[in-house]
Amino acid sequence: MFLKVKKKELIETSVKTSLGAFSLFVGLIFPVVTLCVLVFEALPALEKFGILKFLTGKTWDPVAEVFSALPAITGTLLITFIASIIALPVSVGIAVFISELSPRALKPVFTTAVELLGAIPSIIYGMWGLFVIAPLMAEYVEPFLQETFNSVPVIGKLFEGVPTGVDALTSSFVLSIMIIPFMSAIVKDSFEMTPTLLKEACYGLGATKWEVVKDVIIPYSLPGILGGTVLSVGRALGETMAVAFLTGNVHQIPTSLLEPLTTITVAIANEFTEADSDLYLSSLYYLALILFVLSFGLLMIARFLILERLGKKWKTNI
Amino acid sequence: MEDKHLERIIYIRKIKSVLFLGIATLTALYGIVWLAWILLDVIINGIKFLNLTLFLEDPTPPGIEGGGLKHAFIGHFIITGIATLIGIPVGIGAGVFFAEYGRHSVFVKALRSITDVIVSFPSIVIGTLVYALLVKPVGHFMGISGSVALALLMIPVVAITTDEILKLVPNSLREAGFALGAYRWQVIKDISLTAAKRGILTGIILGIARISGETAPLLFTAFNNSFTTTNPLQPMASLTVTIFQYAMGPYEEWHSQAWAASLVLTFGALLFFILAKTLIHSRTRYG
Amino acid sequence: MDSNSSPVKIETKNFNFFYGDFHALKDINLKVYENSITAIIGPSGCGKTTLLRSFNRMHDLYPGNRYEGEIILYPDGLNIVGKGADPIAIRMRIGMVFQKPNPFPKSIYENVAYGLKLKGIKKKSILDEKVEAALRSAALWEEVRDRLYESAYSLSGGQQQRLCIARAIAPEPEVLLFDEPTSALDPISTAKIEELVVELKKKLTIVIVTHNMQQAARVSDYTAFMYMGQLVEFGPTEKIFTKPTQQLTEDYITGRFG
Repeated sequence: MFLKVKKKELIETSVKTSLGAFSLFVGLIFPVVTLCVLVFEALPALEKFGILKFLTGKTWDPVAEVFSALPAITGTLLITFIASIIALPVSVGIAVFISELSPRALKPVFTTAVELLGAIPSIIYGMWGLFVIAPLMAEYVEPFLQETFNSVPVIGKLFEGVPTGVDALTSSFVLSIMIIPFMSAIVKDSFEMTPTLLKEACYGLGATKWEVVKDVIIPYSLPGILGGTVLSVGRALGETMAVAFLTGNVHQIPTSLLEPLTTITVAIANEFTEADSDLYLSSLYYLALILFVLSFGLLMIARFLILERLGKKWKTNI
Repeated sequence: MEDKHLERIIYIRKIKSVLFLGIATLTALYGIVWLAWILLDVIINGIKFLNLTLFLEDPTPPGIEGGGLKHAFIGHFIITGIATLIGIPVGIGAGVFFAEYGRHSVFVKALRSITDVIVSFPSIVIGTLVYALLVKPVGHFMGISGSVALALLMIPVVAITTDEILKLVPNSLREAGFALGAYRWQVIKDISLTAAKRGILTGIILGIARISGETAPLLFTAFNNSFTTTNPLQPMASLTVTIFQYAMGPYEEWHSQAWAASLVLTFGALLFFILAKTLIHSRTRYG
Repeated sequence: MDSNSSPVKIETKNFNFFYGDFHALKDINLKVYENSITAIIGPSGCGKTTLLRSFNRMHDLYPGNRYEGEIILYPDGLNIVGKGADPIAIRMRIGMVFQKPNPFPKSIYENVAYGLKLKGIKKKSILDEKVEAALRSAALWEEVRDRLYESAYSLSGGQQQRLCIARAIAPEPEVLLFDEPTSALDPISTAKIEELVVELKKKLTIVIVTHNMQQAARVSDYTAFMYMGQLVEFGPTEKIFTKPTQQLTEDYITGRFG
């Protein structure tokens, strides 16, 4: 009897320890090791180029072994920014449609459709962008944009250059389509968290459906919308395959939307296996480190600042 | 007079409502159009080249007619399979710890929050991590290092779903177990996990769906191989990396096969996803 | 009895209501008198809230609901549930206070001003004036005058419910519907709300649904007792509580079921 209890206690301790080890691994060791490895591998480039010089330099020349990150960082931020600007209103529109306009019976159908589209692998988006969208852009959309905005100051500048379809515009556009399912799912979820009683209060004063959406549902789910947006931006930052074919992977800061560019992810994906010197590879690790810090920071902001703090401010007891 | 004025205001507000909700419908339509277009393109272009040789033959040298992607299908299966075998126990274990042992510990809660953040990590960074840890020291690419990269992607997903599902199991059930004098591990095994079986299975399938479409972490871990291999210590082809390579390549034949592979990949991923959804919706109890 | 002294404000005529196939209200004939408080009581599931929510067409928000018969709103004799009636216009004439405090995620001021803005009032000076008047009528002005632009959720539960009353009366509706307004509140807040309800009948007509019989007895002038979707008895509150004509009413009031 005594032995039996002892054995069970032994199991108890070992189960707790091993499960604890697993959670320690995923929640702490894994991210910390990632950071350490990235820093360690980036050390040669870090020593050679420093921090400021690497972040602000514009040259990426594998032959001369001079590397800097500004073009890749700019490219990453630029297409992420444009993609999010396009995706946000569309996602809010989809969320309004599904949660307020679609007939009750069709709601699960639309919801599942959007979720399914989020489950399509990103390389499919990339390949479709390359074979279908890029040619359409080069042949019709971009020449049309050039003609339309040719004489308009400022905006005209954005569409200068040879329309090739492999450029900032196409990349941002395909990326925006890629993040729409993800973003609209989060926005829809936060819309549906709006208490019925709150919507009824608004209807009870004689509001129209749009007024209820605008004055109750959107303000109430604002933390969710913001958090979802930042989360999607975080996703878009690290997205590789959807834009791998479309940026052209040219390390330059584009002056127009029709110029090729590169992003951190695309540079790594395309050059990693070709990096023939230690410094080259190390510089790519340096890029990966920057991406790691950027997206970790952004995701932390999404989680702690927006979803939790703002969420508390507007918390109600309904 | 005032009535007329109010009537007009209501009328204008109603027009506005119809207008803006109409715009919302249009944006929804805009989103759906592109997404439907992608699916249709994948189906139309893929189905043309979908035939048995695609699954049964190794590729021919570039430019020569015929050949298939047997190497990529087998490689993909092996890489994802091993990744699943590594990822599931660790993921579920961590999830169980979050939900069962760590409910009242600030430290474990912090671990859980970080895990939640890692779910949306850039997958290419994990590829570079595994390259540094497993490929560089060994000196060559290996299928198994691809599996490790995918497993690392999968673990947080499975851990978070497991944790969320276990939180749905009412505490009174656990207390009933403790009241009988059970140890915590017995309560977990006999009560929590039994009650949440279906939900955890859903988490596993979602995890597999997540990794089965990944390309970036495989590029410099499993790399690629033009021949079929079942040895995970060799470089190994996968569907996704093959699509990446073929789509970028100059040959028509490659493009066609890339479309066909995309079709299989897409519907594989969607199938897993639908399976997971059906499991969720048909669940009767706590998961 | 002064049942004939004030004019009728709302009258239901053979009113029926269906949730899909479920016949929730059966042949309701009820008169609500102007500047009085009518309480609707009955066990849960009797249809009292369903009847209340018919008065401002709340059921229109959900599919599968159907009205039959008439609910006439005087003085213009508009059939509230008729085909030509506009639910939006009706809800602007008939306000509602809900079973739990439900202020909008906006400032205190914006909450009260909301209904006024729906009426097309844009001028800041008029808004200020009417917001203050509504908050005074809701006995909340002194407590919030220095924090009008703070979040409405910074108020206590009882204050929030008074804010919701202020929000409902600001656009000057003719009728105010209360759906168990104190069910989520403590006794002290409840007493304040009851006091307020009695005060408000000077300005408008009030219908209140309550599960609390003492509350009905304390505040109302008329009481309707409902059971299983039917109106069992209606009359001056005093009469219903002292000498009801129906056995069912007496059983309910004396606590034999509930």
